[in-house]
Amino acid sequence: MTELRTRPAPAPPPGGLRAAARTTLDRVRGGDLGVLPVVAGLAVIWTVFQSLNPIFLSSTNLVNLTLESASVGVISLGVVCVLLVGQIDLSVGSISGLSAAVMAVLYVDRGLPAVVAVPAAVLLGCVIGWVYGQIFNRFGVPSFVITLAGLLGLLGVHLWLLGPKGAVNLPFDSGLVRFAQLAFVPPWLSYTLVVVAAAGLFASGHAHARARRAASLPAVSTRWLLARSVLLLAGLGAAVHYLNRTRGVGWMFVLFLALVLALHYVLSRTRYGRAVYAVGGNAEAARRAGIDVRRVYTSAFVLGTTLAAVGGVLAAARLAAVNQSSGGGDVNLNAIAAAVIGGTSLFGGRGTAFAALLGVLVIQSISSGLTLLNLDSSFRFMVTGAVLLLAVGVDSVARRSRASHGRA
Amino acid sequence: MDGDVLALRGISKTFGAVAALTDVDLDVAPGEVVAVVGDNGAGKSTLVKILAGVHPPDAGTITFGSGRVVISGPADAHRLGIATVFQDLALCENLDVVGNLFLGREPRGLRLDEVAMEVRSWELLGRLSANIPSVRVPVAALSGGQRQTVAIARSLLADPRVVLLDEPTAALGVAQTAEVLNLIRRLRDRGLGVIMVSHNMADVKAVADRVAVLRLGRNNGVFAAGEVTQEDIIAAITGAADNAAPGRTASASGPAEPPSGRTASARAGTESPPGRTASARDDREPRRAEEGSRP
Repeated sequence: MTELRTRPAPAPPPGGLRAAARTTLDRVRGGDLGVLPVVAGLAVIWTVFQSLNPIFLSSTNLVNLTLESASVGVISLGVVCVLLVGQIDLSVGSISGLSAAVMAVLYVDRGLPAVVAVPAAVLLGCVIGWVYGQIFNRFGVPSFVITLAGLLGLLGVHLWLLGPKGAVNLPFDSGLVRFAQLAFVPPWLSYTLVVVAAAGLFASGHAHARARRAASLPAVSTRWLLARSVLLLAGLGAAVHYLNRTRGVGWMFVLFLALVLALHYVLSRTRYGRAVYAVGGNAEAARRAGIDVRRVYTSAFVLGTTLAAVGGVLAAARLAAVNQSSGGGDVNLNAIAAAVIGGTSLFGGRGTAFAALLGVLVIQSISSGLTLLNLDSSFRFMVTGAVLLLAVGVDSVARRSRASHGRA
Repeated sequence: MDGDVLALRGISKTFGAVAALTDVDLDVAPGEVVAVVGDNGAGKSTLVKILAGVHPPDAGTITFGSGRVVISGPADAHRLGIATVFQDLALCENLDVVGNLFLGREPRGLRLDEVAMEVRSWELLGRLSANIPSVRVPVAALSGGQRQTVAIARSLLADPRVVLLDEPTAALGVAQTAEVLNLIRRLRDRGLGVIMVSHNMADVKAVADRVAVLRLGRNNGVFAAGEVTQEDIIAAITGAADNAAPGRTASASGPAEPPSGRTASARAGTESPPGRTASARDDREPRRAEEGSRP
């Protein structure tokens, strides 16, 4: 009779391997494609370029690819932070150029040690982001305009700093250049890191599952966790092995990966990360929930510009020089495109740190493949533009599917 | 009235030259649903905002529990145990249910304690017998009624004594409205005072114990929901009772009259004033359950 009162309290749905697979399948059907399109796109790009030029997937070229990816990837990571709160930073390229110039002038012209020059350049990036945040919060100027002004203004400062000679070469024997060009993880250590990563994935997953079971919530089965870790072990192990056939895994790329993992942790496991997503999803709701929205905006701008500065320093070290075109040309747009291709929404609240990693691999693969085909940058721009449109197009179609399935 | 958890006396609020509220009284007892009704511009929203701490009142006193209180900001309302669910719900559609329930109130620590939050979420939703399939879906995947449930569940997180609902059924369909009305009954059964601002006479009659009518920023009568007819309420809202224009009363009540079956059952549930007897409520709840289970 009183059906409603006797209805049992809602219980968590059952867990397990099959349930996990079904949830994933449902999600994909519902248009929540996750990283699937990017990974598929990357596979297509690699297949095409490999068939056009067999050097493309050679160990040598892939090592170069990872090293090229690191600097733009770090910048892109910052762009992800800014996009997540629903804002944009168009000046990341200029900031990377400026920070590289500051670093080079302090390090080479003034003869300061690298441990002073590099933090100074990064600190400059940090300050720029703080200024952006203040202008945005206090005067309500759209971030598009603030950072467009930054793009022009900071490029001017960059050119002014370099002066009439227009370029500063970093000495090849400096630690910075050696780090970016010649520092590779020794093979034994690279395999150890792979094992540590797989074991870490299993351990954290297992601990989480045990805590959930203890709270009688559904948890993924140990078998699934084990399968996932073994898969990671095999995949990463094979990749590292392949790279180790020539120069190996560059420390610069490891630094990039470490930054991705750190940001992923911050975004998905901390109160701050939750606040970032909340502000990007519904700033008013976040404000009413007691989140200091202004501080979140400022912190996102600071993260964006700081990571851009770090990326600029890495790019300069990789090139062993800073010139007037550092951070110019396609750096800016590549970094933003990488974030978007990787699955970060331009409207905020959706995306992960891994978007930067996957997106930059796509962008650099295209760039590397076309260079191998002896096609100049005109084609690179055209193809990258087409891929960007395609990626956002796939996402938009998926979003429509999500909307029709009632998902954000 | 003794035992009132919340009592407002002589509340006034002006915005510039506009007197939004003049000398308004309102009482809510524990385990009681008070509906605040009124036409557009009657001051309902202002009243909600005063209680939520968005606007401080210009004059009047608020008594909460045993003593007089001053609500000068949202934090005050929160601390006193007055939880407000605004009409727009203020949910983040990109976050899952757990994320929304705990937004801004996550347990401290270097790492979010997702397990503890999820357990507490199920407990809160279970308390409301809520029909939420999973707490790990983004809120965008939920129906309007389910979102309302999440918003109400969130207001319960801080163990409030009074819950303020601003137009909880305004944007909902029939089945979802029934679901939310059931929710409001459960809040009442848990001994909470509930203030519900609504436009919908049928909902008011179905769930409220008392109906406070505001008209042009003033009290225009408080009715026991079981003893008053819908026409009387509407007359009080429109002021038809003041200017004694019976013709207008009839026409005003015409369109708002719900299907007769529903009114009858709602009356059956509220007709015996003090003892809302179990049998009377059983009479209507299964019917609501049917409505609620309709897709």
